[in-house]
Amino acid sequence: MSPSAPLAIARCATAPHAAERPPVLRERGQREVFCGLTGIVWLHRKIQDAFFLVVGSRTCAHLLQSAAGVMVFAEPRFATAIIEERDLAGMADCNDELDRVVDRLLSRRPDIKLLFLVGSCPSEVIKLDLSRAAARLSNKHAGATRILAYSGSGIETTFTEGEDACLAALVPDLPADRSGAASLLLVGALPDVVEDQFLRLFAALGIAPVHVLPARRAGAMPPVGANTRFLLAQPFLGETARALENRGAVRLDALFPFGADGTTDWLHAAATAFGIEEMHFRRTVAKGRARAKRAIAHAADRLAGKRVFFLPDSQLEIPLARFLATEVGMVPVEVGTPYLHRAHLARELTRLPAGTPISEGQDVDRQLDRVRAARPDLTVCGLGLANPLEAEGLTTKWAIELVFAPIHGFDQAGDLAELFARPLRRRAGLTV
Amino acid sequence: MQLTVWTYEGPPHVGAMRIATAMQGVHYLLHAPQGDTYADLLFTMIERRGKRPPVTYTTFQARDLGKDTADLFQTAARDAYARFQPQAMLVGASCTAELIQDDPAGLAEALRLPCPVVALELPSYQRKENWGAAETFYQLVRTLADKDARPTPREGRRPRANLLGPTALGFRHRDDVIEVSRLLETLGVDIAVTAPLGATPADLAHLGAADFNICLYPEIADTTCRWLDKTFGQATVRTVPIGHGATRDFIAEVAARAGIDPSHALDTSNLPWWSRSVDSTYLTGKRVFIFGDATHAIAAARVARDELGFEVVGLGCYNREFARDLRAAAALYAVEPLITDDYLVIEDAIQAVQPELVLGTQMERHIAKRLRIPCAVISAPVHVQDFPARYSPQMGFEGANVLFDSWVHPLVMGLEEHLLTMFRDDFEFSDANGASHLSVLSVAETGPASVSPAAVPLHHPADGPPPPAARGEDKWSADAERELLKIPFFVRGKARRNTERFAAAQGVATITLDTLYDAKAHYAR
Repeated sequence: MSPSAPLAIARCATAPHAAERPPVLRERGQREVFCGLTGIVWLHRKIQDAFFLVVGSRTCAHLLQSAAGVMVFAEPRFATAIIEERDLAGMADCNDELDRVVDRLLSRRPDIKLLFLVGSCPSEVIKLDLSRAAARLSNKHAGATRILAYSGSGIETTFTEGEDACLAALVPDLPADRSGAASLLLVGALPDVVEDQFLRLFAALGIAPVHVLPARRAGAMPPVGANTRFLLAQPFLGETARALENRGAVRLDALFPFGADGTTDWLHAAATAFGIEEMHFRRTVAKGRARAKRAIAHAADRLAGKRVFFLPDSQLEIPLARFLATEVGMVPVEVGTPYLHRAHLARELTRLPAGTPISEGQDVDRQLDRVRAARPDLTVCGLGLANPLEAEGLTTKWAIELVFAPIHGFDQAGDLAELFARPLRRRAGLTV
Repeated sequence: MQLTVWTYEGPPHVGAMRIATAMQGVHYLLHAPQGDTYADLLFTMIERRGKRPPVTYTTFQARDLGKDTADLFQTAARDAYARFQPQAMLVGASCTAELIQDDPAGLAEALRLPCPVVALELPSYQRKENWGAAETFYQLVRTLADKDARPTPREGRRPRANLLGPTALGFRHRDDVIEVSRLLETLGVDIAVTAPLGATPADLAHLGAADFNICLYPEIADTTCRWLDKTFGQATVRTVPIGHGATRDFIAEVAARAGIDPSHALDTSNLPWWSRSVDSTYLTGKRVFIFGDATHAIAAARVARDELGFEVVGLGCYNREFARDLRAAAALYAVEPLITDDYLVIEDAIQAVQPELVLGTQMERHIAKRLRIPCAVISAPVHVQDFPARYSPQMGFEGANVLFDSWVHPLVMGLEEHLLTMFRDDFEFSDANGASHLSVLSVAETGPASVSPAAVPLHHPADGPPPPAARGEDKWSADAERELLKIPFFVRGKARRNTERFAAAQGVATITLDTLYDAKAHYAR
């Protein structure tokens, strides 16, 4: 689709036959990805009165500290209850120990309104039932702190799936929406500035009420019911979507809000569902859409025709490859994703250039062989791989920045393109 | 269960990774779930290594449990050997794999790989990173050292020593090795093997051919040095050459072991004169709190008191394995030894003694920043800033120069201290600007968002607690409050706290001018 294609045509694009799409390469080997615990790094910033207590090992604590850039905060709202030898040897009852740790924590931090017990690989393997512990502790601390549990373990979750598990754990607890009126629910932890931009756009469109999951405060979590229509802001929220559907909510299918077209399509899905008149929709988004295109154009000159290779990291790979292919003219050489949610990404997949190789899962050494053979202009990869690939002469983009930085919506579309353009510009500019 | 906000050490398998990554020709097969690969970024991002650590993670998932994790391990081992062709392989389990008890040792043995395989038993729920590194190095040496290797006759050749302990991700290990090697060269001592950093398994075979060993980092190499002493009768040089005096002692000890004249080490450091020159007078009695790994903390205490004229008001370490050494050192300085890895306890201790300088790890750097106390980093755990582009050893004579500069520069300089007082009332002078070079402090004044450049950029605001001032102001009389403003800003917070503490202890309800000066007299030294 050309960037200037009219909206109507964009929305009429038909899906090619499944047979036209190349089979997805499924890999099963060493995965160079974070586990779901890493989501705590941004989730604890988003829900401002929540605390995340990982029940795990020293490795879990070390991971969080390393992934969080070591000690950014004086006393963060996350911690690890480190399982010790005496817990495993049965000298201490894990549940008693957990109660003691939670009591100590909550007496230190009475400001905490929502506590997540976060399961890890060790807690899963020893079958410590954190859901039951959460129920027990919720009773004990009733009125002061709500306690929920989810798993961020590496044996079950990959990186952003931790956010999915966290939000899915919130859903059964959400109040029932008995208003009888349709409401829109925005799902996914977005930076506040981006969330506010979207809320302004929905208000301008005339869509109301609009709720957000997760809310910024534990006491303000959105209601949900059969009249809830929800838009996923992130492509990795499969479990959360399922939980919301179990409560009667209906997912609005759309591209994910990356780039001018993605954001337009995403907003349009809501506008259609809420019966917003087409001309009003176009008028409302026109300014933002034009701004996004202008901003993207700066980077597009540098990026057009460049070949990009995505290693699996955050499940954002397919929407981002779509953005790069359709809006800045990059050529995806391979798009790797840790997990491919076929239903939620169906619309995205139809927009990828025909024949784009897609891989799911990872065998990192074999995939790096493919990277070296393809010699892409830009390789999007995790932090463990970036410097080694740079040292081999390949230009890389740290994937993690795509998760931490604000990249959604019209007014971040230029920043998103710039994230990919900067490594190339830098390499071209350096003479050392 | 232990409630942990921040950890000083990673799990023991990260220690093993530090050994494997430091060496050449070693590959480590780690039975671990996905996610444990985060440890790679410690090496590629923090240390900026241009190569991936030589580690293969088996990456088992929940659905593999109870089925074929053992098979997965063996496949990964075969593939890793075929791809990397190491001279020796390490096999082991991370914390999760330890629980599923797949027996990496037995599984690896059954494969009959065509290279030595060292199976590691690193109890993740009892031990930590340094112990894991020490144990891994020891097991490698035990397996690979040629038990028949012995030094050639001493006649007609220079003495030969092994330099043991430097690893990947070590605090300035790269530069310490260069500095100590240079020092040994000027002394006329040859280095037989430096290990683990840069060594191959083949090099480890020759360890027994050296005349003696130098234990540069006891946290890593002590176990190995003891075994080498027992097996080959090699004595160990144990003085750690951090600081001017310790470097001289190190030279004396090496010379005694090698049977050579120590005066050949002609080099010296600038530290003695820099410290004796009058500009340094203002360093006298600066109260310093020291925390780190035991080796670096103990060495720092000696330099602080004996070579810079500071007063040691706190001394501690996070590694219990060396608690005895630290207690002995604390006795020398008449301070209570602080042996803990509970970050919150250390923060309380620093707050309690109100030091003028903190020498610590990256953790203490954050505590100090929050409390607005100058700080220099002396020990791991490391941070991307601890791998400077420039040559910056901690050991040897150049190391002593580095210590002088990096510990003194965070302090307000002597002359500036007086100038600030002199110009305080000048209408053109705003003490809110702070001292010209104290960027850390002046940034801290502007708000809590002064996050450090970290291993990973994080675009979220920090949620630091409110600044420690602004408490109990109603207790102050107006004239005392005015007088307080005449005290230079960089000691004002301390004056306020001391006065309030004094007033509370004396049962004084309202702080007057007299209370202020009574407190000053009380705390005078």
